[in-house]
Amino acid sequence: MTAPAPGADARRITLTVNGRRHDVEVETRLTLADCLRHGLGLTGTHLGCEHGVCGACTVLVDGRSARSCLMLAVQANGAAITTVEGLAASDGTLHPLQQAFQAHHGLQCGFCTPGMLITLIEFLGDHPDPDAAAVREAIGGNLCRCTGYQGIVAATLDAARRMRAAP
Amino acid sequence: MKPPPFRYHDPGSLDEAVALLATLENAKLLAGGQSLMPMLNMRFVQPDHVIDLNRITGLAHIRESAARIEIGAMTRQRDLEFSDLIRCRCPLMREALLQVGHRQTRNRGTIGGSLCHLDPAAELPMVAAALEADIQVASRRGTRTLPMADFPAFYMTPAIEPDEIVTGLGFTPWPEGHGAAFVEFARRPGDFAVVGVAALLDLDGAGCIRRAAIALGGVGQGPVRWSRGEDLLQGEAATDDTLRAAAESCRGVAAMGDAQASADYRRHLAGVLAGRALRAARDRARRVP
Repeated sequence: MTAPAPGADARRITLTVNGRRHDVEVETRLTLADCLRHGLGLTGTHLGCEHGVCGACTVLVDGRSARSCLMLAVQANGAAITTVEGLAASDGTLHPLQQAFQAHHGLQCGFCTPGMLITLIEFLGDHPDPDAAAVREAIGGNLCRCTGYQGIVAATLDAARRMRAAP
Repeated sequence: MKPPPFRYHDPGSLDEAVALLATLENAKLLAGGQSLMPMLNMRFVQPDHVIDLNRITGLAHIRESAARIEIGAMTRQRDLEFSDLIRCRCPLMREALLQVGHRQTRNRGTIGGSLCHLDPAAELPMVAAALEADIQVASRRGTRTLPMADFPAFYMTPAIEPDEIVTGLGFTPWPEGHGAAFVEFARRPGDFAVVGVAALLDLDGAGCIRRAAIALGGVGQGPVRWSRGEDLLQGEAATDDTLRAAAESCRGVAAMGDAQASADYRRHLAGVLAGRALRAARDRARRVP
């Protein structure tokens, strides 16, 4: 699917995604989002707008959140990437934030969820005890077209409590 | 695949980058990618070559030297947001940065990229205008510096040659105790502003205005230094009436209308937001004899 077309400008890159190393050859114009989804089959990262507005494609690049539609895959060469597939424990136990989303109806159609979760994982790392206003500000760059923000904010505050209790 | 085909170059040094830019036809520089990547994804731009500046390490730094602050063009907005030096010495920039996009875009976006993209409502060009920053530029022909006042050529176009790269900016921070405020109105937090105002005030021991700066964005083709308002403040007591008169004068700015807001509405916002910015700057300033 993402194999470079004959004659296309291409490079071999190494990505460590959710702790697993991948060596892939990509066209240099391939976005990181398309590389994750089509090249590596990690379709948990969603693409909504593909121009940096909706936030659904947010991943962590070396620990910092970034729009994966606004990065070229070649720019992530050598980087450690975390996608939504990397949040649960290896035995399948959901991350406390994922559990809280489930408990508080923090997802409706689920399309925005991967970007919401990744954005909030970074946010809770920096702000272990946020108030609701800070959570709303943090997800200001993530669109939920179901407009289910109340559940997302409630889930985040609950997850923060759980994560403080059992860090 | 969203972006159009191009050849990708990722030079490891500024020398290599300026050499590539001087020789390649139809090349675009890629900094943080938060404006160029959407334009590539939508194929608004179709470069034959993309020169990625991200591997050049010497372009990302925040330094204080000889009473100046120097910032490398590839410094991420996020690193400026979290810089103690910027928070202490240049609170205007920090307040503006918090209104630039979102965490996910500030993590990648660079100050040099914001300056060169030069959206008329972008926060960082307004800050650079208010601070009277010098913009440093390099090409294979050497380096030069131009004042921010001369940097915008016209709409979204900096006054640099096609073979030149912005490498950084420098400015003299305002004195200890000055008051700063950055106020904008955007339809959603994180959007480009409809109108934004940067205000700086330095007060003497009697509460008179020793020096004032007002920069307006979202009205003209680029950031506007509003000297008519600054003249109304200079040497005056920083009373509500004085600030109001300066703020009202901002309604006289030449504004462009577009689908988002009419020229009249932008002039109205300039007056209202300038009032808020000037009062906040005054209230944050300390009287320094």
